[in-house]
Amino acid sequence: MRPLTLKRLLWTCAALATVLLACIVLALKLGAVPVSVVDLVVNLGRIAIGNSDQLPSDYRLIIFELRLPRILLGVLVGASLSVSGASFQALLRNPLADPFVLGVSSGAALGSLLALTIAPQFPLITPLGAFLGALATITAVYFLGRREGQLDSTTLLLGGIISASFLSAMIMFLVTTLSGRDLRGIVFWLMGDLSTPVPTGLRWIFAVGLFAGIGAIYTTAPDLNLLLTGEREAIHLGVDVTRVKLVVYVSASLLTALAVSASGAIGYVGLLVPHAVRLVFGADYRLLIPASALCGAIAIVLADTLARTVAAPTELPVGAMTAMAGAPVFIYLLRRGMR
Amino acid sequence: MSVREISQPTHGNRELSERERATVRLNVEQASFAYAANPQAAPTFTLAGTSFQARERELVAILGPNASGKSTLLRLISGTIAPLSGRVELDGQETSRLDPRTRAQRIAVVHQESSILYAARAGDFVLQGRYPYGRALRLATSEDVTIARNALAQVGAEHLAGRTISELSGGEKQRIILARALAQQPRLVLLDEPTLHLDIGAQVELLERLRQLAEENKYAVVVVTHELALAAEFADQVVLLHHGTCLRVGTPAAVYQRELLEQVFDAPLDVEIGPAGRPRVHLHARRNEDST
Repeated sequence: MRPLTLKRLLWTCAALATVLLACIVLALKLGAVPVSVVDLVVNLGRIAIGNSDQLPSDYRLIIFELRLPRILLGVLVGASLSVSGASFQALLRNPLADPFVLGVSSGAALGSLLALTIAPQFPLITPLGAFLGALATITAVYFLGRREGQLDSTTLLLGGIISASFLSAMIMFLVTTLSGRDLRGIVFWLMGDLSTPVPTGLRWIFAVGLFAGIGAIYTTAPDLNLLLTGEREAIHLGVDVTRVKLVVYVSASLLTALAVSASGAIGYVGLLVPHAVRLVFGADYRLLIPASALCGAIAIVLADTLARTVAAPTELPVGAMTAMAGAPVFIYLLRRGMR
Repeated sequence: MSVREISQPTHGNRELSERERATVRLNVEQASFAYAANPQAAPTFTLAGTSFQARERELVAILGPNASGKSTLLRLISGTIAPLSGRVELDGQETSRLDPRTRAQRIAVVHQESSILYAARAGDFVLQGRYPYGRALRLATSEDVTIARNALAQVGAEHLAGRTISELSGGEKQRIILARALAQQPRLVLLDEPTLHLDIGAQVELLERLRQLAEENKYAVVVVTHELALAAEFADQVVLLHHGTCLRVGTPAAVYQRELLEQVFDAPLDVEIGPAGRPRVHLHARRNEDST
């Protein structure tokens, strides 16, 4: 018997955080303008000790105003989508649950788009609209997925996929009629990319939202472990299932909303990352949640670096990269589940 | 003759005098329940007032065909639903009023089957039984690990601790699920059709083990089952349910009467009392002249 210890938990997270840091440095280095790692470390050091005014101005522009915000956005998006995917998988008892597959991302995209057209003067309106859209969609899909009072896994997935395609059609309609065939806008909302940075004034709100959402879900990690064996069993082991559901649905919707309002509907991250983490570190949610957050950040930072460089100077949307990797894994998991 | 005529609302457990001196753990007193689509609608199923007691070291079988109210009675006992009238008490406290954690420390429930979504090791699964005792993150203490090890030992499954649950046989899986219930250190163990997916050898092994555990750990054990033969062989008391009514409570010998069982289970059968004073049930094929 080898139960999870605090030591193993902290060591794993520390190791993954180091890998994430290395990926961030790598992503800062790679791009249209090459930058040497030594320069990078020296200049990062200058920032760390508060001498940022000594930086050369082209450096400042490329590294700290173009690349770094985009990388940090990737961290936010990867972490939040992975954690919400992992928690949807436990709550819905479905290994294929993911904010994109369930239509929650599309709901958030439509919500923020609607909010943006109704009241464009308020900067906070996009994440708020996305949150309401996400919450409404997961509620609808939850009820669509019930048959005779029980959650049915196939019905749930179909409900999610149908909702996603309906909501995508609405997005297509809104974007083409309102902004005059802005194809880039459609790609942003349907496929997701990281090229639009979060407005400076909203950055701290996104950071607080990210930590609050992940933190709230983490308080339910031991309960999610028990929910994996069934709702009834969790109740008999003393889990307050109603409270856990409320906390997790609201927090996962918040996380999805943050990611989608900043980067559009990037798919399959919430599916790929938790499964990969489970293979390596096991299915214990006390470790799975922080590890998924860190690995999700790593995955998106790497995927976006690839998207920026693979066909340079043309940039691919990062959502295309994740979908290319995610769809085959989805099919594999689906077929394995059917057997 | 209808079922109601042959049934007498009896609590005749006079033969239990020796056991009667043991402490009463579970006291079910005229507990009833009704299901309805909504509070205004007529109930679709009712469980009429049911009474029985379970003492420590005692194994009680709740017996009846499908849709007789067994699962409802089990839910009442486990405290997940509150009785419409009457009371269900464990050591003098109403089970439905206990907070979820305290309830989980006192009552362990074993379901028909436990499906696990992702690969989990048997040892970690048994440690989940310590959840109601843990603090914030529920990281296992060395005491928890010892208790989980003992629980595995009690069901003879120490060697399975490192195995993945999905690769265990039905009987082995049932032992692991039972070990998790033991790790809860409960006073009352409830089992819902625990023998459903087991072959006959594993069924007998499970019930013998339950008898032994009840004896060693002073549990009261309540088993919901439709298996006439198993209840006859292993139960101290039988609570016989039919269409939501409790027909009899008593020792197997007192409850197992041919006409009564034939009508409840809708099957022709014979009952004889074996050498140990326990009834034996023989099913036989329905003959043409019987089907009038």
